[in-house]
Amino acid sequence: MIIETEHRVIVQGITGAQGTYWTEQMQAYGTTIIGGVNPRKPGIEHLGVPVFASAVEAAETLGRIDVSVLFVPPAGALAAVGDAIEAGIRLVVVLTEFIPVHDTMTMIAMANECGCRIIGPNTAGTVTPGQTFVGFMPAFDDRIFRPGRIGVVSRSGSLGTLTALELTRAGYGQSAFVGIGGDPVSGTTTLEAVAALDTHRGTDAIVIIGEIGGRKEEDAAMAVAACSKPVVSFIAGAAAPVGTRMGHAGAIIEGTTGTHSSKKAALVEAGAIVVDVPWEIPGALAVCSIGPDRKHQTEEKSTVGDTT
Amino acid sequence: MRRGNGTRVAAVKLTEHQAKTLLAERGVLTPAGRLARSPSDAVAAAGEIGERVVVKAQVRTGGRGNAGGIIIVDSAREAGEAADRLLGTRIGDEPVGAVLVEQAEEISAEHYLAVTIDPSSGQTMLLRSARGGVEVETMADSITREFVEPGHLVHDEPAATLLAAFIELDALLIEINPLAKTTDGRLIAIDAKIELDDAARFRHVDLFEGLASTESEGTDRERAAADIGLRLVELGGDIAVLANGAGLTMATMDAIVAAGGRPANFLEIGGDAYTKAAPALEIVLSQPGVSSLLVNFCGAFARCDVMTAGVIDGWETLRSDHPNLPINFSISGTGQDEARQLVRNRLNLEPHNTMAEAVAAAIAGAESSGAFP
Repeated sequence: MIIETEHRVIVQGITGAQGTYWTEQMQAYGTTIIGGVNPRKPGIEHLGVPVFASAVEAAETLGRIDVSVLFVPPAGALAAVGDAIEAGIRLVVVLTEFIPVHDTMTMIAMANECGCRIIGPNTAGTVTPGQTFVGFMPAFDDRIFRPGRIGVVSRSGSLGTLTALELTRAGYGQSAFVGIGGDPVSGTTTLEAVAALDTHRGTDAIVIIGEIGGRKEEDAAMAVAACSKPVVSFIAGAAAPVGTRMGHAGAIIEGTTGTHSSKKAALVEAGAIVVDVPWEIPGALAVCSIGPDRKHQTEEKSTVGDTT
Repeated sequence: MRRGNGTRVAAVKLTEHQAKTLLAERGVLTPAGRLARSPSDAVAAAGEIGERVVVKAQVRTGGRGNAGGIIIVDSAREAGEAADRLLGTRIGDEPVGAVLVEQAEEISAEHYLAVTIDPSSGQTMLLRSARGGVEVETMADSITREFVEPGHLVHDEPAATLLAAFIELDALLIEINPLAKTTDGRLIAIDAKIELDDAARFRHVDLFEGLASTESEGTDRERAAADIGLRLVELGGDIAVLANGAGLTMATMDAIVAAGGRPANFLEIGGDAYTKAAPALEIVLSQPGVSSLLVNFCGAFARCDVMTAGVIDGWETLRSDHPNLPINFSISGTGQDEARQLVRNRLNLEPHNTMAEAVAAAIAGAESSGAFP
């Protein structure tokens, strides 16, 4: 789920306003965009790449496609994901929000059957600082994202942006940002993203940005406990009013999970440091003996040891 | 694309009568019943159904029974009196506009049956218990949970019908509680809940007609916000918050509370709603007790320049009503340079360099101009 420069990416819905704007940004950043899809405009060239009627047709002409990113409206998202899977694409980033949850469940079942991973829906995408971004994150602003050693997993794009900003400001670059998306049912869970970053060589420590609701953070605690790297987390919603649940079934399934305190307790129990505000994340990394990049550099150059 | 809902799926909750109608159409046995909107309607309904009936307030709020919303009566006249007592009152926040007049069943056992989505696995889950009733969630041990993978078949009724309806209706929840065994051996749905997925409205236009999403519940201001596609929760504090995205908005509230302040609201203008900053500002500033405004933008998809221009446009028409309101900005992400320049040029203010600084200044501003003692 960490997308590198050598990965070949297509954009489904490349010709729309958002597809166009963000494809240009991705290309400028270094993402290898090799084509696009719009069923109504096959054969044209857009932003310097060919446009196909389907991902399947794109694959027939372009050969290997590693990643597809969807700028497709909710009603068309399921069919577009099905097309990407049929084209043999193994990573599909679904930015679309407000997809019916039954469609999401269907697309995840189809993906699982074919060994495909979905990131999203309702995600702002992924960033591999210095290499690629896929989606709509402000990766191109080096005050926010910089190459480094911290892997970030976030449900929220805006809060993920803030987290990258606070890390960069404190001298911590990022190895990867994985936006898993804000929907209750996601193709890639927090647990899976943590496990992937644990085995990722470029990552020294992991930051989990969670939110109240659902049980992604509670479920991720298992991966955190097994993780060989320090984990720091911020869970948004400590001050939020308690939400309503869905009938008795919601209460039965969720039990006491879903709240800020349940998520914090699960992650702390698993060995993570959970901070109260996002700007405490760098300090918590320092507590885990993960120093900022600048400090690493100064220490390497310095002959006098100052380890504070 | 429509706006995001943070971590929630916007549910459309049906009333008991709507839910039972959908289930009955699909072959689930329900008590004979009729909707009544006036006491005389209720008398007529009871006359048709039988003397011993149950009069049930049609609200979607939980705890209806404990709130006195269900009344068992022995005559048509008493049914009219019960309807008279219920109609026009409120249960929770919800006005009672109709009652369901239903045949009272002779029950020998109460079971529980539901189908919903398990958030951990993202799979359909069937929940059953031999012991149903209002306290069912406290008897978690007696409930069996069965994952329903695609192609998985369930052979017994009404579970099979429920599962088929769950998919057909794009439901988030179908719950029958209690699913009662009557003394004459029938299995009947005494109460039913259905919640539909608002995101699937586009393919069930007839079904959703006239049905509001849970987003449109709440206070007048919360409903006004929902009407223009914004999600507002009023919190009663003195610092109005405008931020983009549910995650950042919650984090902003958390930071205010952690620093000893009181947020006035949760108002998310993320997703496509990022163009609605001006009406959003009007709504938050109309809340009583607001004495400070914190604008916290971290643009990813939502462009800071567009959101900030909206806030400033809104502020220029509203500022005469709030002459002493301190405003603090924290702006970063997509479009941040243009946005920060807009604040400098049009408001003659300097945006803060960090969110921490902006939060501290917003709290200080509320204390100095505060409506709270």
